[in-house]
Amino acid sequence: MSTVTREDVEALVISSLEELGAEADALSPTATFEELDVDSLDLAELSQIVEEKYGVKLQGEDVAKLQTVADAVDLIVERAAQ
Amino acid sequence: MTDAAITGIGAVTALGVGAETLFTGWAGGRSGIVDGEAPAADFEPTDFLSRKEARRADRSSQLLLAAGDEAFAQAGWGSPGDELPYDPARIGSIIGSGIGGFITLTENHKALLEGRPVSALAIPLLMANGPTGQIALRRGLLGPSWGTVSACAAGANAIASGVRELRAGTVDAIVVGGTEASIVDLARAGFGAMNALSPTGRSRPFHAERDGFVLGEGAGALILEDADKARERGATILGYVRGVGASQDAHHLSAPTPDGSGAARAVTQSLADAGIEPTDVDYVNAHGTGTPLNDASETAAMRLALGDHLSTIPISSLKSAIGHSLGAAGAIEAVATVRALQERIAPPTLNLDQPDPELDLLHVQGEPMPLRETNGRAPIALSTSFGFGGHNACLVLQGA
Repeated sequence: MSTVTREDVEALVISSLEELGAEADALSPTATFEELDVDSLDLAELSQIVEEKYGVKLQGEDVAKLQTVADAVDLIVERAAQ
Repeated sequence: MTDAAITGIGAVTALGVGAETLFTGWAGGRSGIVDGEAPAADFEPTDFLSRKEARRADRSSQLLLAAGDEAFAQAGWGSPGDELPYDPARIGSIIGSGIGGFITLTENHKALLEGRPVSALAIPLLMANGPTGQIALRRGLLGPSWGTVSACAAGANAIASGVRELRAGTVDAIVVGGTEASIVDLARAGFGAMNALSPTGRSRPFHAERDGFVLGEGAGALILEDADKARERGATILGYVRGVGASQDAHHLSAPTPDGSGAARAVTQSLADAGIEPTDVDYVNAHGTGTPLNDASETAAMRLALGDHLSTIPISSLKSAIGHSLGAAGAIEAVATVRALQERIAPPTLNLDQPDPELDLLHVQGEPMPLRETNGRAPIALSTSFGFGGHNACLVLQGA
């Protein structure tokens, strides 16, 4: 996997969460999933989008620990670099 | 025994959004059928739900939540988030559906076959109990809760189950109803292969040339409350469910008993449950699908259960105006029947210019028929529902 930039991942995560129904105004890297009303089913869907785009599999336990948008971006960037 | 009072009704159908739109449309002879199908074309999910809520609900749940909001508001329960009039653990929810999330099911199966991901929402949105869970979640109802699955009797069975919960004392109130959003190619092909659908695309219950049903969709919701408690809190009572009956044909995978004996048992049981005689019935809201088999079997069933009295009371089918909404039908028809009893009229069976002479019934043609004088008591109606699989249900409804 070549050159997955943090900016690309963040843009994908934010646009995906908006598509999943999160309020656009509330979306930012520091926003928590609780604030955004993003639950485990939303994160499962986000994982599918990320897998399709970057070939990165996010497992249940990893996803369960995520609290903010930035947490998710960090994890995806980390996995994509492996 | 606990009286089951109806304090709120709501509906979304091919005639539009709202129970009043449904009733005035039907009574006025308006049909919601377009090009041989009866979709709830005026329904816009985001009029009721946030974009996220709509995305996380199959159309069957979207329709139900809108009908439910209407019913709750009419009952004086306000909007989602408002305080409930009873202990939430004493409020139940039972919603019927013939199939469940048919659109979600077919879309996700298509994705699977095409190598695309199946959504994490697929299962919670396609399961037939999904609408029940969604309406309970929306209002925080913590009492007894499940879905009824009995094909085209599911909506009526849900109402009957709710009445039984009230009588058993497990709830003070319960939201009941039915919903269906099954206008999909697989349903068209499957019902078509059974020769159940009208090839001419016309819904003509009891007509000499009836040739099948018209596929519809929609939802109906009713709020049932312990009548004493409803009065205590000052609620307006719209009507009552006086009796319920249910039976099984055990005759065929899909065809009804030709002599109507299966359905007749449900009707007779509902009369006994209500403690009334056949002669007390003032109106019959028929299942009346417009299939050759159903309307003949239903006529035989009503003759068996009501005897000669059948010839003197008006009977009509709402499906002539909104097609057949399968698991929602029984609930939508109960909603319309409550309104008919309030207005003391029997709305007409549309398109009935040439009744089948074999079906010896007092049809309502063209204009609504006033219900007979009932000497000081509110009028009483039967609402019948019969489903593939041999399921029969009958409700005894009374005006307030």
